Amino acid sequence: MKHVVWKCCLLFAMALLAAPLHSQQTPSAAAPSSQAASSPAQSFTPINDKLAQLDQRVTAAQSSADNAWMLVSAALVLMMTGPGLALFYGGLVRRKNTLAIMMQSFALMAVITVMWALVGYSLCFGGSGPVIGGFEHAFLRGVGAEPNADYAGTIPQMTFMVYQLMFAIITPALITGATAERMKFSGTVLFLVLWFLVVYAPLAHMVWGKGGLLNASLGGKFPTLDFAGGTVVHISSGVSALVCALYLGKRTGFPKQPMPPHSLVISFIGACLLWVGWFGFNAGSALASSPLATSAFVATHFAAAAAALSWSAAEWIKNGRASALGAISGAVAGLVAITPAAGFVAPMPALIIGIVAGAFCYWMVTRVKAIFGYDDALDAFGVHGAGGTIGALLTGVFATQVVNPIFGPGKPVGGSDGHWAQIGNQLVGIVIAWGFALVGTLVLLKIVDLITGLRVTEEEEIEGLDITQHGEEAYNLES
Amino acid sequence: MMKLEAIIQPSRFESVKDALREVGIEGMTVTEVRGHGRQKGHTEVYRGREYTVDLLPKLKLEMVLPDKLVNTVVDTILKAAKTGKIGDGKIFLSRVEEAIRIRNEERGESAL
Repeated sequence: MKHVVWKCCLLFAMALLAAPLHSQQTPSAAAPSSQAASSPAQSFTPINDKLAQLDQRVTAAQSSADNAWMLVSAALVLMMTGPGLALFYGGLVRRKNTLAIMMQSFALMAVITVMWALVGYSLCFGGSGPVIGGFEHAFLRGVGAEPNADYAGTIPQMTFMVYQLMFAIITPALITGATAERMKFSGTVLFLVLWFLVVYAPLAHMVWGKGGLLNASLGGKFPTLDFAGGTVVHISSGVSALVCALYLGKRTGFPKQPMPPHSLVISFIGACLLWVGWFGFNAGSALASSPLATSAFVATHFAAAAAALSWSAAEWIKNGRASALGAISGAVAGLVAITPAAGFVAPMPALIIGIVAGAFCYWMVTRVKAIFGYDDALDAFGVHGAGGTIGALLTGVFATQVVNPIFGPGKPVGGSDGHWAQIGNQLVGIVIAWGFALVGTLVLLKIVDLITGLRVTEEEEIEGLDITQHGEEAYNLES
Repeated sequence: MMKLEAIIQPSRFESVKDALREVGIEGMTVTEVRGHGRQKGHTEVYRGREYTVDLLPKLKLEMVLPDKLVNTVVDTILKAAKTGKIGDGKIFLSRVEEAIRIRNEERGESAL
């Protein structure tokens, strides 16, 4: 009975649709006009108009859907810095340095945004040089509602611009994990702004920008696969973090004096916000509300879960207990490692990447750090540098054209497709990112050391950065 | 008048408070404190770094008692605060010269 009703409705709807077409055709064919009224092309004009209109509407609908997802993604990525990273790091420091570390992330939200509007976006995504962009979009010239077909053809370039901005904010913020509890506020801000211009902008352009040396789809010489920032974000910040930790030296009292996290509850909330925000980071990097975004979303989630388990398992074997800090650190390590791979790998390889990353980063922050004795206070290198590197390598192993035929339909992408040479490209990307981060950071630290100085005095460090750098306290017990 | 200071396990506080109310104690001052006697601390591990925590959380009860109540209160606290394990705490007694109620300047035991 239902079927009959449906069919009647369909027939009726078709008749309605056909009727206006027919009625429009007839007068135009019959009416005399200045043009050749009898030409067959002329008689199809209304249909062509309708089709063109339909095309326009389909494009507009896709643009609306993609734009909605990309704006949400941009907001999610900002949420990763504030409050995500600010809380994660804020809980890991001692209470006298809580506001200082949070303020460093927040300051970057403000200052990188301004820098991005002035020159940052243009240096990353303007022009098509091999190493750095140009000034064509300086002051956001030409960045408006029209899409930039090179990068994201269905969303306003302004959406693409603001989405990429959020990556430029969190990347330098990650470095503050290594410099925590001893670096001046002035020196931190100046160094990270310069770092954004000298290290981040070239790397972002090389990997993601048109004509960039490492770009995989827009004419790079060494096509490096980096879906959402394994090299650009995590290797760059993680390796720079190591250089900072070595240059600044250890915190006063490290490692003899205990420096346990002052509130793992705060860190726990921060880590969970990071996990959620990472969906915007990785799935958003599809730059469209597409099946690829779904694939990246799933890979991201699976890797985080697997890494939380593998870090916890390693800890359980070593200490006989699984800690909350271990579980959340593992999840973050997995999220870092899946970042370059998210839009290239299937769910099962994502689980493998997560398992490897959790165990590898655990080993880096517990054993390797202890052996070398550097004071990477909150393990920015151990998690982001190490996790980013292992993730970039494994992307070369597991990337598949079934998920993302980035080199063209049917062409193999990673090792699992039989294209083992991709691991070579990944290595080139890794080496260049490490090199840029090492040299750039060292030079900039020297310069900033001369201008503002880098480290607070020992008395200031003992009193805490909250009071000495900002004149306030995170927890006022008297009030 | 005697001043009684008792350092007890935080987990025993509720039963100590209830037991004291039953013997008619009307006032006390409680502070969260950290410390240790013979009890050893424990080890905490944060990303592979081990810390020995030897100052453990305790509660300190302070009250000033009329002489006739002292023995009852000590017995009550002993009974209610005891778990039998190391770390149960201590009771200290000391003589108090004077007590003054700020509101009406009453002095001596009637100020308690």
